[in-house]
Amino acid sequence: MTLKSLSRRAACVASAAAALVLTAACGSAGAGPAEPQAGARTLTVFAAASLTGTFTELGRAFEAAHPDITVRFNFGSSATLAQQIVQGAPADVFAAASPATMKTVTDASLAGPPVTFARNRLQIAVPAGNPAGIDALEDLADAEVKVALCAAQVPCGAAAARALEAAGVEVTPVTLEQDVKATLTKVVLGEVDAALVYVTDVRASGGEVEGIDFPEAARAVNDYPIAVLSTAPAGQAAQRFVDAVRSAQGRDVLARAGFEVPGP
Amino acid sequence: MRAHPGPRLRYGARRTGRAVTGRPPWMLLVPALAGTAFLVLPLAGLLVRAPWSTLPERLAQPQVLQALRLSLVTATVATGVCLLLGVPLAWLLARTSFPGRRLLRALITVPLVLPPVVGGVALLLVLGRRGLLGSWLESAFGVTLPFTTAGVVVAEAFVAMPFLVISVEGALRAADPRFEEAAATLGASRWTVFRRVTLPLIAPGVAAGAVLCWARALGEFGATITFAGNFPGTTQTMPLAVYLALETDPEAAVVLSLVLLAVSVLILAGLRERWVSRV
Amino acid sequence: MRRPGPDSPQHGGLRARLAVERPGFRLDVALEVAAGEVVALLGPNGAGKTTALRALAGLTPLTGGSIELDGRALHTLPAERRPVGVVFQDYLLFPHLSALDNVAFGPRCQGASRAEARRAAAELLERVGLAGHASARPRRLSGGQAQRVALARALAVRPRLLLLDEPLAALDAHTRLEIRSGLRRHLADFDGATVLVTHDPLDAMVLADRLIVIEDGAVVQQGTAAEVARRPRTRYVARLVGLNLYRGAADGPEVTVEGVVFSVTERLHGPVFVAFSPAAVALYRSRPDGSPRNLWRARIDGIERYGDNIRVHLDGPITASADVTPAAVADLGLSAGQEIWAAVKATETHAYPA
Repeated sequence: MTLKSLSRRAACVASAAAALVLTAACGSAGAGPAEPQAGARTLTVFAAASLTGTFTELGRAFEAAHPDITVRFNFGSSATLAQQIVQGAPADVFAAASPATMKTVTDASLAGPPVTFARNRLQIAVPAGNPAGIDALEDLADAEVKVALCAAQVPCGAAAARALEAAGVEVTPVTLEQDVKATLTKVVLGEVDAALVYVTDVRASGGEVEGIDFPEAARAVNDYPIAVLSTAPAGQAAQRFVDAVRSAQGRDVLARAGFEVPGP
Repeated sequence: MRAHPGPRLRYGARRTGRAVTGRPPWMLLVPALAGTAFLVLPLAGLLVRAPWSTLPERLAQPQVLQALRLSLVTATVATGVCLLLGVPLAWLLARTSFPGRRLLRALITVPLVLPPVVGGVALLLVLGRRGLLGSWLESAFGVTLPFTTAGVVVAEAFVAMPFLVISVEGALRAADPRFEEAAATLGASRWTVFRRVTLPLIAPGVAAGAVLCWARALGEFGATITFAGNFPGTTQTMPLAVYLALETDPEAAVVLSLVLLAVSVLILAGLRERWVSRV
Repeated sequence: MRRPGPDSPQHGGLRARLAVERPGFRLDVALEVAAGEVVALLGPNGAGKTTALRALAGLTPLTGGSIELDGRALHTLPAERRPVGVVFQDYLLFPHLSALDNVAFGPRCQGASRAEARRAAAELLERVGLAGHASARPRRLSGGQAQRVALARALAVRPRLLLLDEPLAALDAHTRLEIRSGLRRHLADFDGATVLVTHDPLDAMVLADRLIVIEDGAVVQQGTAAEVARRPRTRYVARLVGLNLYRGAADGPEVTVEGVVFSVTERLHGPVFVAFSPAAVALYRSRPDGSPRNLWRARIDGIERYGDNIRVHLDGPITASADVTPAAVADLGLSAGQEIWAAVKATETHAYPA
């Protein structure tokens, strides 16, 4: 391709992008709050990676109920998502895996009051067959047992630290993983004998790992807050999505995935 | 046989600094400047956002030095491993022909294409505790690689080696094979030819490959955290520390990134200075 | 010439038949070079000279034939085990080694200690007059110096066969003259067989005892320089030695070439060559009187400067070159495309059996 045709092409892309921005601007200006919106709207939801399965399912149900709305998800580490929102990412809804990450956003006055829509509890995850014979949190303190934990900087790591402290157990992990999925992978592959992850993660692994409950998990329950962002381009649709998550159907989906769902 | 005498080496002709053909054309200059801005501006962003007032105190933290030292040591050892295995591999690709050579070359670039995290999982499947080779390594020698510093070296070498192999192979193809023939007529065995003629001739290419390889190893994140895990002092290199710092303390992440950048730029510039003065 | 090598096999030397076949190219030549003898392979580009040399060195595999040096089979050995020294066309001095280490490279490979190899190398550099440049890198050497280092390097392995590929081609005319006489001296001192590849007849005549002319992968003529120069057998050789050459049919004192009848001094019958120098050709605007022999109608194809004279290229029943003085060109008003008469004296022609 010649340089000239390349630059012409670049100019086309640029003008197309400009046109898009313009139509988008006109669209939002022309749409009064009372008027029903004509045409499809897009709702952007930033959600913690641990919500990937449930929110995808909820999103599909929501789209079925609201044919004029398309739901787009951005799943990732809650902290990363919070950073992105603070840096101006165009999101409508934020569902975080910890109140701390939600606080980053509310502190910046970027979100309305959050509500807790789910709770997640830790479990000891062991490879199928439990080769190291783990049955309580104390077993993780054994020097022979290889343990993976989430790093203290991420919610599952903070929760694990709280639980271990509550139980008075000192564990020397071989690795501090960057997120709960990475931690679970180490168990699935048998690289470690045990890890502390969420019930939902164990359930999502589909039998590749076994989950073992322990009483101290109750001391380290993780609250999942959700909030409509104050800058939400899709406005009312955002609130409707939050309502759908908290509806009976939404609670059912979350509960099936292993979340504890607080009363309405 | 060559129909015409090939391009002759000019003895006595000194290399001149640059061609004297006036100003560089706009068609090249403008994209070049845009490219420079594209590469340098993010660095400027880091510099602007750096918490300069608390910098000394943050740098004095033992974890920072620990991660930095681990990064430098593992990247250097990984580069050594790549040189030891990669240069012969490049020689094989450039100087011999065998069935499947093209396929082999394509396979060697796999780590370039593979997302590093997937590379890490692949390494676990082979060298992990239950891996094809890993289980044997553990039962026969009691060696486990995941969660060890050696594992970091393995992950970095895996990801960085293609850079070395590709540059060395390019250098080998560009080197005049007739020097090797000349050495053979002087009685040199193939190994001697390689050691005393080929290697010195391609030394600049090997050096460039090693630098790329080292830089890639230094910045390696995905394969390392997946295969070797993340534990301060044994497997937590700078990129891992940066990533985790980003979760809670973006300012710390900026500081760590700057340290990594400054150290690598200093080392690379220092090495370049030495080569340039040597040649 | 200098040291005529005895032909008996116990005195050694090279005896080879080189066959190399590649798509679109075939080389098949027989070579015999006595110890102490210098043979030049002469031929146009693409004739197969360099291929022959590479085959002798072991750098190009033979597809047929054999190589015997001092009574031992050579073609079964890889290049690094052959007692052969090679001076490459552009010398191929290792750029990362000093002149001394370039020369010491061979002895080192043959197992000499570093000190021994360097001592031997220093001696050789001294012999080629470069003792003062021992520590210089190749790119700091002039063309002539590099050529001598390359010769010293080839001699350092104490070869029984020395191969030189266009040893003077990379040099400018002035350096060439000086290096050629030096090289002649060194070749005279060398007691093994020497094969030299060149396309320059002057190099061949000065440096070699015997010439072998190769065209299209086959030997077309061989002999001493004087023999070859006097009786060229191909257009290529004739052009090299500066003669007009024709193939014709002889019947006593007359040779007919493409309808042109030449009177010659020899008495021959059957197919013959006729050769004469371009200086022997005289040009006329109109048909000269006298014998119709040695005379033909020609068209001027081109005119160029040739030394102090003018060379006129002639087309017609036979193509020929004629050397005339600038004054004659002016007098006759010669120009390209013009039709003229060309004649040659019988005493200036030379005929010999084809």
